[in-house]
Formats: sequence, C-alpha cells, structure tokens
Amino acid sequence: MIDVIVLGGGIVGASAALMLAQKGQRVALVERDFCGSHSSGVNYGGVRRQGRPLHQLPLSQRAHQLWADLPGLIGIDGEYMRSGHLKLARSHADFAALQAYAEQTRGFGLGLQLLDYAELRARFPWVGDIAVGASLCPEDGHANPRLVSPAFARAAQRCGAAVYEQAEVMRIEHDSRRFQVHCANGLHLQAAWLLNCAGAWAGSVAAQFGEAVPITCAHPAMLVTEPLPVVMNVSTGVEGGGIYARQVARGNCILGGGRGFALGPLTARPGQAAVLEILRNAGELYPFLKGAQAIRTWSGTEGYLPDHEPVIGPSSTQPGLLHGFGFAGAGFQLGPAVGEALAEIVCTGASRHPIEAFSIRRFQA
Amino acid sequence: MKPVVIVGAGPAGISAARTLLDHGVTPCLIDENLRGGGQIYRRQPLGFQRSARQIYGFEASKAQAAHRTMDELAPLIDYRPQTLVWNAEDGRLDLLDNGRAESVDYARIIVATGATDRILPVPGWTLPGVYSLGAAQIALKYQGCAIGERVAFCGSGPLLYLVAYQYAKAGAKVVAVLDSAPFSAQCRALPALLGQPLTLAKGMYYRAWLTAHGIPVHQGATLQKIDGEQRVSGIRWDDHVLACDAVAFAHALRSETQLADLLGCEFAWNTLNRAWLPQRDNAGRSSVNVVYLAGDGAGIMGADAAKMAGERAALAVLEDSGVAIDQRRPAVLEQQLAGIQRFRHGLETAFPFPEQWAAQAPDALMVCRCEEVSAGEIRAVVDEGHWELNRVKAHCRVGMGRCQGRMCGLAAAEIVAERSGRGIEQVGRLRGQAPIKPLPFGVEVQP
Amino acid sequence: MALFKRLAETARPALSFTLDGQPASGLLGDTLLTAMLTCAEHLRGSDFSAEHRAGFCLMGACQDCWVRLEDGRRVRACSTLLEEGQAISRDPGRQP
Repeated sequence: MIDVIVLGGGIVGASAALMLAQKGQRVALVERDFCGSHSSGVNYGGVRRQGRPLHQLPLSQRAHQLWADLPGLIGIDGEYMRSGHLKLARSHADFAALQAYAEQTRGFGLGLQLLDYAELRARFPWVGDIAVGASLCPEDGHANPRLVSPAFARAAQRCGAAVYEQAEVMRIEHDSRRFQVHCANGLHLQAAWLLNCAGAWAGSVAAQFGEAVPITCAHPAMLVTEPLPVVMNVSTGVEGGGIYARQVARGNCILGGGRGFALGPLTARPGQAAVLEILRNAGELYPFLKGAQAIRTWSGTEGYLPDHEPVIGPSSTQPGLLHGFGFAGAGFQLGPAVGEALAEIVCTGASRHPIEAFSIRRFQA
Repeated sequence: MKPVVIVGAGPAGISAARTLLDHGVTPCLIDENLRGGGQIYRRQPLGFQRSARQIYGFEASKAQAAHRTMDELAPLIDYRPQTLVWNAEDGRLDLLDNGRAESVDYARIIVATGATDRILPVPGWTLPGVYSLGAAQIALKYQGCAIGERVAFCGSGPLLYLVAYQYAKAGAKVVAVLDSAPFSAQCRALPALLGQPLTLAKGMYYRAWLTAHGIPVHQGATLQKIDGEQRVSGIRWDDHVLACDAVAFAHALRSETQLADLLGCEFAWNTLNRAWLPQRDNAGRSSVNVVYLAGDGAGIMGADAAKMAGERAALAVLEDSGVAIDQRRPAVLEQQLAGIQRFRHGLETAFPFPEQWAAQAPDALMVCRCEEVSAGEIRAVVDEGHWELNRVKAHCRVGMGRCQGRMCGLAAAEIVAERSGRGIEQVGRLRGQAPIKPLPFGVEVQP
Repeated sequence: MALFKRLAETARPALSFTLDGQPASGLLGDTLLTAMLTCAEHLRGSDFSAEHRAGFCLMGACQDCWVRLEDGRRVRACSTLLEEGQAISRDPGRQP
C-alpha cells in the first residue's frame, strides 16, 4: 500500500518524497528518465534568494534554512558553498533598481549590501570595468546540481520511499478513491495522493484533471570552461538579465545566458548563437576569461508560466492532487522548501509557509 | 546556392571531393589539419626532404596519389584547411578558423571525420613519454622524430607491428613489441584474412622483419604498468620488467563520431567495432536526409575502404541531387567494400578486444586523464546504482574534460559494464555536446 | 633533457624561441610540441595534480598539449607550427 505517488524525480518531487518518507508516509517516486537528470540536474546551480519576487521570499528563506544542513538532509555536501551572490549593475539605472530591491526586501533578512563602483573594485577586483555597482547577498551561493538533485532521490530512497526510474507514465486515472498510475514498463501504482512535480511536462497532468495552464518550455544556454585559476569568489548575475557566471572549486567557470532550443520533446541544445554571444561578451564582465576555452555546452527543458511564477499547492478540481511545477528556471534553490510544503499539505492539510500566490486558480479567472 | 560540404580531408574526404568535382559539383572541403591527407597519409610540412617511400613504405604510392589529388583540388574547390567544425545546427555548420567564428550552410554534407586510437589505459599512461600508437607514427612521419631513445610498442591491432617496423627502419631503438593478442588468435583469423592477401602479406612482413632484426615480439603479452617518476623508465608485464624511455600503445582505432551525433544521426551498437556508430547504408547515407557518412568516422575499415566509401558517398550525394552518374560504379565499390569488411572481421579475430581489461584495471588506475578520474571512482558510482554512462559521467566527471571522453569514454564504458554486470552495449554512449573541440573566449564573430 | 629524438630532417633552418623565458631552439617545420620536447620533458602540468604531461595523441584529439603564447593565446602544441621568436610558456597546473 502506498499513500502518495510523486510524479517527477527532479529536486521538487524528490524533496517531497524525502520529506514525506521522513514523516512516515509510504511514498512512490516515479521518474520517466533518471532522477535529477533534467532541469534539476543540468541547471546553472545558483542557490540564490536575491532577485526573487517578494512573495517567493518566505519560501526561499525556508529553503535557505534547509540548504544550511544539506549533508544532514541528503548525505552529501553537493559542492554547496555560501559564497555570496553578486548582482552587477551595468548602468546607474540598473544600480538604482538594485537599491530599490534592497529597500523592498529589507524585512526578509537577505542582508543585501550595496557596493558602489569603488567598493565593488575593492572587494571584487576581477569584475570587469563595465559594472558600475553591485548588490551582494553574502549568504547566497551555488551548488552542483548534477550531484545535489539525484542525491535528494537517493535520500528519499534511504528513508523508505520506493523510487522507480525509467518509468514513463502512460495513464493516470482517479477511481473516486485513489489515483491509478500506469507506466510504460508495466508498473501500476495506486494511492490517495498524487503530487504533480513533472517540471516542464507537468502541464499535461494538470490538463487531464481539467485545469490546463498556459505552460511553455524554455531552454537556457550554458557552458563550462576548462579549469582555470580560482578567481571568482562569488556567484554572479546581472541586473536586467544577461550573462551569469560562477566558478567551482576545481576551477571551471560555468556561464549561462540567452536561450537554446528544443531538439525534441525531451532534449535541448544551447544553440550556436547563444554560445557565441557568451564567448564574445563575457569578457567585459569577466576579463580574466581571456585566453580561456569553453569545453562543453548544454541546455535543459524548463517550464514557464506567463507570470514566471510557479504553480504550488492543491488542485482546484481534484482532491488529493497537488502541484509543484513551473519554476521558470529558478526552482533549484526553492526545491527543498516546495517539497516540504507539499509534504505538509499531505500530512497536516496546510503548508507552514504562504503559497497562496502560486495557486493554480490564478489561471482560472 | 548552398554547397555540398565535406568534413575531413583524409582518404574518404579527398576521394569524395574528387568525385563531386568530376561530376561538376564544387564542394566545400573543411579540414582541421594544415595539409590534406588525414592522419594515415599525413603530409610532412613544406621543406622536409624525405621521400614518400621513406615515410609511407608500401603505402607510398597511395599517399602520393592522395596528396596529388589534394593539390589538384585545392585551387578548384572551396578548401578550408586549419578549420574546426565545432557545431552543427539547423542545416549549418559552425566553424572556427584562426580565432574567427564563421558558419557555412550546406545542401548536403559528407562526414569523413576519421578515427583516433582506441585507448585502454594502464597505470602510468599519463607519464611524459607515453603516446598512442598513432601519435608515435605521426611524430615520425610528420616530424622526423621518435618519441624516445628506447621505445616499447604495446597493445594490439595492425598498427602495432607497422609502427614498430617504421621506427626500427628509421633507426630508432625498439626494445620490444607486446601484442596482447595470442598467436593462436592470429592463426584462427587466417581464413578471413586471406581475402585480402596483399594486406595480410604486409602485416606478416612487418612481423617477420621485426623478428629477423632481433626485436623481441611477445604475443599474448598484456602491458600491466608503465614505470617512471617524471617520465617513463620502464614497462611491466607478467613477470617481466623492461627498461625503456618511451611507450606507444593502443588497441586498434575508434571512430570520431561527435559531428554525426550533433547532426542528429541515429546510432546503433556495432559488435565488430565494439562501439556505438552512426548508421549508414551501403552507399553511406545516414538516417538524416542530407547527411552522408564515409570512412573510419562511421566504423573502422582502413584507408583503402575510406577512399572507396568517400567515392561511394559522393555518388550517393550526386544521385540524390539528380546528377547523372555511371550506374555501374556504385555496385563495384560496394562489392569491394564488402570484401574489405570480411577482412575486417578477420582482423578482429586476429587482434581480439581484451575482454578482461575492465575486470583487471586496478582501482587506482586513472581512466580519465583530463578530469583525473580513477577506475575506483567510476566503480563507486556504479555501486550506488548508476549504470548509464552519461549518469556515471554526471556523478564522477569521467569524460567531462577537454577531450570530451575521446580518450577515456570507451574504457569508462567497459568499467561501467563490468561493474554493473551489464553488457557493454547496454550502458549507452557519451552524448555528443558542442563544442566538438574547445572554443576560445573572445572569439571574433563573422556577420 | 629531451623526450623526443630527431631521426631525420635535421638539416632544416633553426628557429629560436623561448620556453618559460629560457632561450631554446627548434627547426623550421617543427610543431610547438616537437620544438619543446626535443629540448624539454613536458608541455604542461595537469589541472588537478600538476603532474607533468607531454601530450598523448599528437592529432588534436586528447587536448593534453595546450600551451600559452605571449599574446595570451592558447594553442595545441601538436597542431601549431613553431615561428621564429615565439615565447611559449607552460601552465604549471594546480597542486592538489
């Protein structure tokens, strides 16, 4: 007997499975491919609160607490570093926007520090001259998604969750008591709860239960350099968008920016235009990359809703169905807290942290 | 009008270009090397004096013919030497030419990307003085150098005896040849090899010449370890220790398939090559409409076959473009290719893959020389339940470095298969990812 | 000390270059790899243990022969021809 079926072995689904298993629920985690092999495992690896919309911050702060003891949660450090996250401004208008954000978020405990041109040079001398100022969130950081996301699934398994990989869901039914989930490999599961954490592919599940959402896919362009002398001591982004970059302890720099394209329903590539754009333009922000080589590029498939906010919480049509998807490329940091919130709904009927803003009902007006 | 593009100016690419031009189609021929000829007929730089006979031995006339063809073609076609194809996307190839990013659209493309040595690492293989067999040959024919003063040749495959012979002939001290294949395997292979008596005779000649010149040839001898601190000092196998200052080793060749992968070609497991290969029909047509495959880049068959396959693929391009060709020619080529294919089966019997390699590789063996990942680290990931090669790569970085798994990918797959108890064909293959080779920051982009 | 040994083609014109600032000499038509390994024993230090590496495949595949030129450009030593007066430097790699 199973209490909860979780669809999707990404960081959200695997966290939910982990938290549910920890609370004594009998959980089955169903993954079409391998756990943590899509967006959760191939994203940039930013573990960042800075820059998020205000109503995401309570959940993001909770996630921040969970990340604090990552080894306790999943058994590995996942190369998680609270390096700080530095958001660069390329113009005075952009710097003003950073100042405004710092003002608005003052009550949330992000501890943002605004750095003017001289302060930025003094603290981060490797930043290119084009940056006129920056906002530093000292306790934000980065981690290795390739390691972290699969480790959530493994931790769930250790806590007693049944994890099914290579199990593509073909059919879902609700027989007025339970959800019946049938997979292509013959697996058949039934449970009173169903968690839809299927990432960019979650829309079809919602639609099947009569609450279609306008979800679309997007594909980030990312690349990694060969190992370089360690220069960057923070993860970086740019106000208004553009190139983002971090450097891992082994010396490789990971850069993202621009969009790739879908190769098929499951796979994506970064695309030559975005790659060349990064290679050509990264130098003005990160001059130390001169002479370095990019050795690999990749992309993934991320779900976006029109307001770039996720869908988190109960279905509006089907009791027992919960959603957690559509993170618009920013779900890695939030993932553990979203999993916890979904687990709390199953166990206690409500999440401890506010999630109303993410209700699927917002598309039914 | 979009051109027919050929990637790779080895025997297959040159012959494809010749065939196209002979039928009035002017191709664009893109090659990473400075001069055409590929690796097998790699041409020494201008100003070198050795004769073709000295460099290529029995293959001199073929090498000269390829170079002559290349020289004739160069001014008549859009020839782009020293140019890397780093990506393929949407009917267009992305190029890197002397620090500049360019692109070329293609109507059809012939992929003739060739091969590199197939490497099964041994402890000490990253020491200075250790090279692939192909590398040892390039040092000699392209640069007039030996890789050391006292050189040991190890591994298996036809190149083993050839390169050892070339070194000894050029005046290098060859201290030993270690062939991991037992003599009995070569006897078993004889019937199949007799289909190409000339090639067989050359192979036997090299072997006999080495013995006649007092060079120890050990059959059924598997290189176990390369000793040395800052550089090679010796090798070990069975109970033997032998001093030397350089080692060349490989177990035959592996196809360069990254471009075919980025072009979207379907791959299938090929037992003979013990590798995933882009699928091609007898004419060289891939699974993708306008993509054709020729030469060792789509399965190892050697230079003679590559030349024929290049012509055959070019004829297919012409046929598919509505250009008239001699209708008898394709069948002739396909028949000859089939003959070489039978010989190829014989070679695989003569130089069998050392199936026990993965089980015997010590945990401390560095498998991935870029990321410095050991066999033990790979096994630890497998022991956590992973068995698909890309997932293993994600967890321990094997194949994730600058070379993108060219040197270690096949060896890593062997270890994953052995440890997980799966067949080698079940653990998958490393996905091709752009850039095919490293791409510099600050690249100039041509509009 | 040298790793490579010249067996033929030794009558070519000499080219001078510097290796990590030290004067050295090669021959016209040498690759950087040949020029370096006929007067030295390695090309680079490995990224994660600073072990000496001296290339491996000589055909642009293994990526284990990258060296630095004075203008900051990095090139594969096996597939770049030596030019008179070049200043080549070797990346030492990182000690673990």
